[in-house]
Amino acid sequence: MAVSMRLLVRRLIRLSHRNVAVSRAAVLSRSHCHWEPLFCRSFSDDRNTHFGFETVSEEDKAKRVYKVFENVAQKYDIMNDAMSLGIHRLWKDMLLHAMHPQPGAQLLDVAGGTGDIAFRFLDYVRTQQEQKRRREARSMQLQSWQEISNSYPTIDEGGRQESRAVVCDINKEMLKVGKEKADGKGISAGLSWVVGDAEELPFDDDQFDIYTIAFGIRNVTRIDQALQEALRVLKPGGRFMCLEFSKVTNPVLARIYDAYSFQLIPVLGEVIAGDWKSYQYLVESIRRFPDQEEFKYMIEDAGFYCVQYFNLTGGVVALHSGFKL
Amino acid sequence: MWLPASKQLQRWFNQRHRVLTCKAVCVQQLCISSSQFTEPCYDGLYPGHIPTTPIQKALLAVGSGVAALQNPYRHDMVAVLGETTGHLALINLRDRMRNDPEGYTILIERPRIRLSTLDLSKMSSLPDGSFGREYFRFLEDNHVTPDSRADVKFVDNEELAYVIQRYREVHDLLHTLLGMPTNMLGEVAVKWFEAAQTGLPMCTLGAVLGPLRLNASRLQTLFTTLGPWALQNGRRARCVLSIFYERRWEQSLEDLRQELNIEPPPIMPSASKKRST
Repeated sequence: MAVSMRLLVRRLIRLSHRNVAVSRAAVLSRSHCHWEPLFCRSFSDDRNTHFGFETVSEEDKAKRVYKVFENVAQKYDIMNDAMSLGIHRLWKDMLLHAMHPQPGAQLLDVAGGTGDIAFRFLDYVRTQQEQKRRREARSMQLQSWQEISNSYPTIDEGGRQESRAVVCDINKEMLKVGKEKADGKGISAGLSWVVGDAEELPFDDDQFDIYTIAFGIRNVTRIDQALQEALRVLKPGGRFMCLEFSKVTNPVLARIYDAYSFQLIPVLGEVIAGDWKSYQYLVESIRRFPDQEEFKYMIEDAGFYCVQYFNLTGGVVALHSGFKL
Repeated sequence: MWLPASKQLQRWFNQRHRVLTCKAVCVQQLCISSSQFTEPCYDGLYPGHIPTTPIQKALLAVGSGVAALQNPYRHDMVAVLGETTGHLALINLRDRMRNDPEGYTILIERPRIRLSTLDLSKMSSLPDGSFGREYFRFLEDNHVTPDSRADVKFVDNEELAYVIQRYREVHDLLHTLLGMPTNMLGEVAVKWFEAAQTGLPMCTLGAVLGPLRLNASRLQTLFTTLGPWALQNGRRARCVLSIFYERRWEQSLEDLRQELNIEPPPIMPSASKKRST
């Protein structure tokens, strides 16, 4: 309810701005900016959405988001560290901890670009396998000769499926950076890189155990479509997990966070990456994304069950999780 | 006690931010309907303008200074440093241009020096010793192009933005006027001249820190002959931004130097491309 009031107020303000702008336009006579259809547009059902604080058409948004990430891909990881003072690593670690994947799990990481989640997933699963093997080895030392010989067929059974991570991103530059990182780390087994749109995934139904989307869903034009796709590609019993920037609950922290976001982050973008506008888009798009409760309802609407969210760093980031049953 | 004060401060930030974004939004509202991907309309007061609050400008100045010192090849950082620190110097420059009749014409007509506006073939056919021919020779010898200047982003006044853009575009012409190549020594000499002429803090910073990257013999040349010559001429020369260079290609270089009150250089450092340390 509060949200719809906010939308209404915003629309009224926009209309009043437009009234001022219309009279100014008559004097300025910009022939290549057609303000008459603009006036009618607010009452038609032409598809418009937000790009930061701007209003753009839906096709434009996808193109502009593509351009933003194409520009920032090379410096993406450095900027993440600089902007969040390294805390983004802790957020991603918390995601993995909440996920607690078992060996053999199939992960789809959408908008996974530079591969942070996928690398952590593979690390986690391999560590778990190592621990399990070590536990088995330790327990075997106390067994009798008979018991050990009985367990020989069960070791290295090979019938068990290996865990796999698929990184899917719409932007080829981000995937390129991710692949280079993987080559640098020497990880190749169990990892694949796919170009795809979150609103139209190039996968069959019921394929994956876990679907994650970390800091990507606010860039998607139709979030409801992305959620439906997530439901489709998950196996029954599969888990949907989403890390995203959200509303800070504490008012003092909220003010500090706002000041930090709007004053410092675009400056960091200009100085480190040479791109002010992309990082201005980043902080604006965070403000336009629905808050924790509203997003929870959206996930439930898409058909997920047991949807819950956890606030990290006082609400700066929220981890939403839901199951396909 | 501090809470109401911080509230006031926050309210002031928000207001300034809102004022700036409102200004930008008002311009945007006129242009939203463009469904083409290439936007013919723009945010702010001129194409490429990004409105910033004083805090952002201060942070940008510090950040770009550090980045430029770490990596002097980041010309965009040097440009940002110039824009964020040069407000008073730019006002001074603009007033000097206004008081000069030719400078005033430039401020009205707003000429731009770009490959698209220069007729290079015509310039190469001019006689030797003419300003256009020497400029063309400079571009060729040093393998530079007039199109490599960054756009202005953070100056909140449209006229001052033009002044600093003109300053950037005239930089190459200054090299020709002073007879300095684009190696480190030549650049430092030109920076000293510019610092004395314009008073831009970025030029002063470049003039002070540039010599740190020169070897001993070049340092000696700088401090004994080139440096004092550059400073003296910078102080007594006419404002170099007030000259309508685009109409003076045929003029002889010596004539132009005399008109601007610039002595010819005492020595000609070789136009080698090595960056000396």
